[in-house]
Amino acid sequence: MKIVVTVKQVPDPNSNLTLEADNSISREKEVVLDPGDECGVEEALQLKEAHGGEVVLVSMGPERAKDAIRKGLSMGADRGVLISDAELAGADALLTARALAAAIKAEEPDLVICATESYDGSTGMVPPMLAELLGFPQLTFAKKVEADGSSVKVHRQTADGYQVVEASTPALITVTAAIAEPRYASLKGIMAARSKEIKQLAVADLGVEKSQAAETIEGVTDAETRKAGEVIEDDGTAVDKIVQVLSEAKVL
Amino acid sequence: MAAILVYAELNQGKVATTSLELMTKARELGDVYAVALGAGAKAAAARLGKHGAKAVHVNENPVFDDYIAEPATDALAVLYEKERPDLILFAFTSDSREVAGRLAARLGSGLISNASDVVAKGGGFVARVPYFGGAKVATMKANGKPAIVLVRPKSFEVSEKVGTAEIKQLELTLGEGSKRAHITERVVEASEKVKLEEARVVISGGRGMGGPQNFPLLEDLASALGGAVGASRAVVDAGWVPYSMQVGQTGKSVRPGVYIAVGISGAMQHTVGMKTSKVIIAINKDAEAPIMKMADLGVVGDALKIVPALTAAVKAKKNG
Repeated sequence: MKIVVTVKQVPDPNSNLTLEADNSISREKEVVLDPGDECGVEEALQLKEAHGGEVVLVSMGPERAKDAIRKGLSMGADRGVLISDAELAGADALLTARALAAAIKAEEPDLVICATESYDGSTGMVPPMLAELLGFPQLTFAKKVEADGSSVKVHRQTADGYQVVEASTPALITVTAAIAEPRYASLKGIMAARSKEIKQLAVADLGVEKSQAAETIEGVTDAETRKAGEVIEDDGTAVDKIVQVLSEAKVL
Repeated sequence: MAAILVYAELNQGKVATTSLELMTKARELGDVYAVALGAGAKAAAARLGKHGAKAVHVNENPVFDDYIAEPATDALAVLYEKERPDLILFAFTSDSREVAGRLAARLGSGLISNASDVVAKGGGFVARVPYFGGAKVATMKANGKPAIVLVRPKSFEVSEKVGTAEIKQLELTLGEGSKRAHITERVVEASEKVKLEEARVVISGGRGMGGPQNFPLLEDLASALGGAVGASRAVVDAGWVPYSMQVGQTGKSVRPGVYIAVGISGAMQHTVGMKTSKVIIAINKDAEAPIMKMADLGVVGDALKIVPALTAAVKAKKNG
């Protein structure tokens, strides 16, 4: 089974974000492999261990996004593909999906695994677009995946439980963080990753035309913020104070 | 007048509340049409009429309920060719966003996601989108034709008006090609006592709760107050509690009378889903946590001591 996992380099969720002069979010901060993608890589590796095959990581980003791919390779993925082109800087979800789809098509995978959404964007729009462009069914919010060579079955997380969703492959699945606990890269894995292939692709290799973004940012203003209220140290009377607030709010 | 199409999400045959919220907004923007697909679509159409839809395109084929995203995408693509709406509104929910994503790719129009408002401007539309983790708001002009915008739940109030929608059967042939991601079983794991989105009081726990073994403390407080328990993404990701409890950008948006954040630092991912709560109380050991800067009352202390004491005090007050 050939599995492609889409991976993204994101600002470290534990660091503070800053804005550039043009209102884009600064990517100069410490960057890491998206924690959601680590779960996707882990699931792909487990499927490979059970059924054999190959795990290919596909990413789009600047040159240094290789570090994120390298992280996945050190976990055990076989090789990487990085789409990197100045033309694609600031790409919206659709252009991103188009570029990824072109690179993934060439791989002819049985399964594409994406995180439900990225940690930095958190809008989850690329996976359904990618599924559409690839012509694949989408099995989403998976917290459990079973796959063999010809079909895939997932437990799709819902508000009050889950749905069992089945499809033939090739298919695209999105996985939640509940899917699998990502393994730590072993020293051996880290060493091995250094010599694994990362193929680099540019717009010209993909036959993707730069399209107008779906949106133009006209301005950025500070969000309405709530005023800070009273902050008290709990000296044993905090409970009384909370009860008072609950009473004033008429919920007690 | 601009033509606005609202994708009415049906859950077990009922119009999702978030779709009705969209209707309130759509009425301000132009002539409103809606589309409802799957079991219950016709009954839903009557309801949507009361919320301002002039016409509702319906198709009750069960395929829409049983297969993920693709049949609905086909239906919307057909409807788009027929009606050419200027703007298509979707709720930013897990089911709707999958349809919106496929449709935007198929039409080549792209979309604007996670919006908190949409306004007409210069013959087109601009969306306001929480940006930079929610600390800022970006005004984004929609370039796509049609403009497709996904709006966060709880962005608008539901309001009914007098009206009746014309019900139009949406004729289409659904090929086997879109009957692929098949929902073969639905499993209900937990029946929520009080629904998180509808609770007057929400008590949410984060990493500061120390572990899943301490979440029953929050359950006790919630049942004393008649509220519901939520959680931050961090603890959901850590597997302490199910995803259905997650409050935030990913997860549920809530707007209760009182929101009590326990051991939650207040990352933007979380606060964007609860910051419109009427009153916010934060309990955290860290006085510098961001949540303290937005709480009406911040209590610096040990949540594991304060919460049980609070539950006891609430019970005492109710009984006294």
